[in-house]
Amino acid sequence: MSDASLPYQIEDLAPARAARRVKGESRIVQFVLVAISLLFLCLFLFLPLISVFVEAGARGWHAYREAILEPDALAAIRLTLLIAAIAVPFNVIIGLAAAWAIAKFEFRGKSLLISFIDLPFSVSPVISGLVFVLLFGAQGYFGPWLAANDLKIIFAVPGILLATIFVTFPFVARELIPHMQSLGSADEETALTLGASPWRTFFTVTLPNVKWSLFYGVLLCNARAMGEFGAVAVVSGKIRGVTTTMPLHVEILYNEYMGAAAFAVASLLAGLALVTLVLKTVLEWHFADAIAASRRH
Amino acid sequence: MTATVFRWREPSILPGFGLALGITVTALSLIVLIPLAALFIKAASAGPADIWAVATSPRTLAALKLSFFGAFFAATVNAVFGLILAWVLVRYDFPGRRLIDAAVDLPFALPTAVAGIALAAIYAPNGWVGSLLAPYAIKVAYTPLGVMVALIFIGLPFVVRTIQPVLEELPADIEEAAALLGASRWRTVFTVLLPPVLPALLTGFVLAFARAVGEYGSVIFIAGNVPMVSEIAPLLIVIRLEQFDYAGAAVVATIMLLLSFSLILLVNLIQASARRRFGDV
Repeated sequence: MSDASLPYQIEDLAPARAARRVKGESRIVQFVLVAISLLFLCLFLFLPLISVFVEAGARGWHAYREAILEPDALAAIRLTLLIAAIAVPFNVIIGLAAAWAIAKFEFRGKSLLISFIDLPFSVSPVISGLVFVLLFGAQGYFGPWLAANDLKIIFAVPGILLATIFVTFPFVARELIPHMQSLGSADEETALTLGASPWRTFFTVTLPNVKWSLFYGVLLCNARAMGEFGAVAVVSGKIRGVTTTMPLHVEILYNEYMGAAAFAVASLLAGLALVTLVLKTVLEWHFADAIAASRRH
Repeated sequence: MTATVFRWREPSILPGFGLALGITVTALSLIVLIPLAALFIKAASAGPADIWAVATSPRTLAALKLSFFGAFFAATVNAVFGLILAWVLVRYDFPGRRLIDAAVDLPFALPTAVAGIALAAIYAPNGWVGSLLAPYAIKVAYTPLGVMVALIFIGLPFVVRTIQPVLEELPADIEEAAALLGASRWRTVFTVLLPPVLPALLTGFVLAFARAVGEYGSVIFIAGNVPMVSEIAPLLIVIRLEQFDYAGAAVVATIMLLLSFSLILLVNLIQASARRRFGDV
């Protein structure tokens, strides 16, 4: 940037160029910084993503179909859909309840409650699974009681569900809380004053107001619920076709040196990630006000 | 439970406070708080001598060292390249900018196991990138370097997404004033533009670091998992569990959690002090 060392003589330059000289970097610096960024993204984001689809198709269409339609793979897909179908609605109800209490009322301990809701974000996925093994595992606190009553949580579907709900707990709530806070309570107060019942107020006033941030939260929650690996790996026991979700099925195939089949199932999850990213981006462009907060997670 | 008796909440005409708070606190306790408490109780029940033995065993120390130093290194790389990336995305216009902006969130959306096998495939000695490095005797996959690659992948969006809004809102007038008063572009960037971004950069760094410390799925496929060399702390927890050493697993997990929680506290302190200095960040 040798030309930037002297005070500019603005009148010598065309206005547009002058503005760039004052506020921006030279063309060369811009080019170098963009090139560094693209190279970095290629090495760490784009090449891995592309490689999933290339490796998945390496053995041809027939092998790809077979890997996905094989009974254990179908069972894994079914289990993943089942887990998401329970965990996401559960988190929607909890998220709406938490946002209603936190955004519409002033009470003591509110910031502590918000920190507790965010807690699962700062817990390692493996630890999120471990806590349930300590409670419900064969040698856990409730292990003997569960065994005596012939109930199974760990190495069974309920454990996978609990671990998934733990990991996804904050997703819906933390999108709804800032949005509801920014909207205030005037609409609800009006509806109540005009004689609407509390539930009618909630379903016809509050819910339509927050629908886009709710959808945004559901989108992120669903992606995590379907893709969670660490927490689920600890509680699942990996019984093929019974307690293997799609990410666990990918791991099993990969460790058995069935790379093409592993990448075939992985490509379905990568497709889910791409759909999630597209929807998320569209939402961010169109409903920026509703979902301005917390794009970090 | 009326507001006039208990002053712990402000009166409101809106209904449903008790129901909403009740559902929230019940679910939070059953799913998050009680299970986490069980972890601490289990770790404490091991007794001081056993806790010390697990915490200072060479294998535990090596795993914690790899997880924390690896996460620190990865977060540093992310801070440098994340700052450049955020700068480029906010300030420059080039073809594909919006696509790249959207792609930064890929590590949030891509399941970690998928990222793990993909990174292992391209950084293996016969992979797309690994084969380019092999002639120089640089091995990435199945070494501690591979752990770093996975942790860089997972942490990048935290840094970019924390810096971006701050860069977008930098006032143009101080920048113009600095330039018109004769500061070089270099000096304007480093003494006028970047200081207000620093708290956000630090926050992004710590968020990326905290996420990387606990990361499991994307790491284990590329790490090689050799004890004492490329074995991360979360994997050690899984191994202890598979050996039915619940107390050992709980002690390692508690050490990790306490270190992570201190970091989150640090972030909050940084943000609070930055708000005092620079306004909202």
